[in-house]
Amino acid sequence: MKNTTLSLLLLAAVSASVPALAADPIKVTLQNHKFTPAEIRVKANTPSVIALTNKDATAEEFDSTALKVEKVVAGNSSGNIRIRALAPGRYPFMGEYHADTAQGVVVAE
Amino acid sequence: MLSALLIVFREVIEAGLIVGIVLAATQGVPRRGQAVSGGVLAGVLGACVVAAFAGELAALFQGNGQELFNASILLLAVAMLTWHNVWMASHGREMARELKAAGHDVVTGKRTLAALGVVVGVAVLREGSEVVLFLYGIAAQGGTTSAGLLTGGALGLAAGAAVSALMYFGLLTIPAGRLFQVTSGLITLLAAGMAAQAVLFLQNGGYINVLGGTVWETSWLLRESSIPGRLLHTLIGYVEAPDGAQILAYIVTIATILLLMRLVGKPVARTRPQPAE
Repeated sequence: MKNTTLSLLLLAAVSASVPALAADPIKVTLQNHKFTPAEIRVKANTPSVIALTNKDATAEEFDSTALKVEKVVAGNSSGNIRIRALAPGRYPFMGEYHADTAQGVVVAE
Repeated sequence: MLSALLIVFREVIEAGLIVGIVLAATQGVPRRGQAVSGGVLAGVLGACVVAAFAGELAALFQGNGQELFNASILLLAVAMLTWHNVWMASHGREMARELKAAGHDVVTGKRTLAALGVVVGVAVLREGSEVVLFLYGIAAQGGTTSAGLLTGGALGLAAGAAVSALMYFGLLTIPAGRLFQVTSGLITLLAAGMAAQAVLFLQNGGYINVLGGTVWETSWLLRESSIPGRLLHTLIGYVEAPDGAQILAYIVTIATILLLMRLVGKPVARTRPQPAE
């Protein structure tokens, strides 16, 4: 866990020095309508990218008003979601089509 | 079932409101039913196509296909709404005269019917593709709950249609003389909100990277994800935490539409009555 956090922080730090397009994406998986990891840590005030792999057969919409993002990821495919530079804080997101289980949060610190 | 109803309702609100406004704005124009129902039909068909090829669409343009597509159709709608308002501003006086003189249906509004049909199509397409994906997902899972969920979806659709009717008949209570001004105002705000939304998609696609900082935050007052928040988001482009680029797009759109309306409206206002076309 600590390693993951450390590498994510490192990743965020690296992404700070390069344009958002070139940033190494943070890998997130959606399976059985649940996000793994459900808590994503990013460096505050730095853009990042979430690479969402949808392992379910059905499409899901990654939706977050707080992150200003809505992106449909088709079943059994993947998509990149740009996260803008965030002030420190917690930013919830959800899979809109399965909001009862597909919940997560981006933590900027 | 209730959750399905709520999700579908939330998605169809936007299209519902826009259809209501377009119907009110075209009050008295012959064959507007064709344009609006044509727009809805094209929107539904388009929504099914977009939903069926969601993966392929997303993969275009280095994974930015969805963002570019959404931004494009929103900007198309903004252009159509602008054209409608400007055209109405330049012909509004003639129309009023014709109404008085002949006392029959306004014929001149016909030309922008197609434009408003496109707007309806875009609104239905955007929200509809999400509804299709959602309902398809439910249907694909099978099981005993599917029937209930699909019923919820159908009820959600009906509720969206009710929003259309409410908007339309609500607007019709406005005296005919003022209706044009009200619908012009509503259409201007619709366009501004759509322009800001297009900017958001361009930002999420990485095409706009300036003025991205949040300027103000009003989620404590009204959450954008709530039903009233969603209604206001569609009607006036309410955003709980807008950034500089969104606000700029919003203001520039309103300013452009008002300026164009004023520019084309003036000569007509100053000249004496001319024979109708």
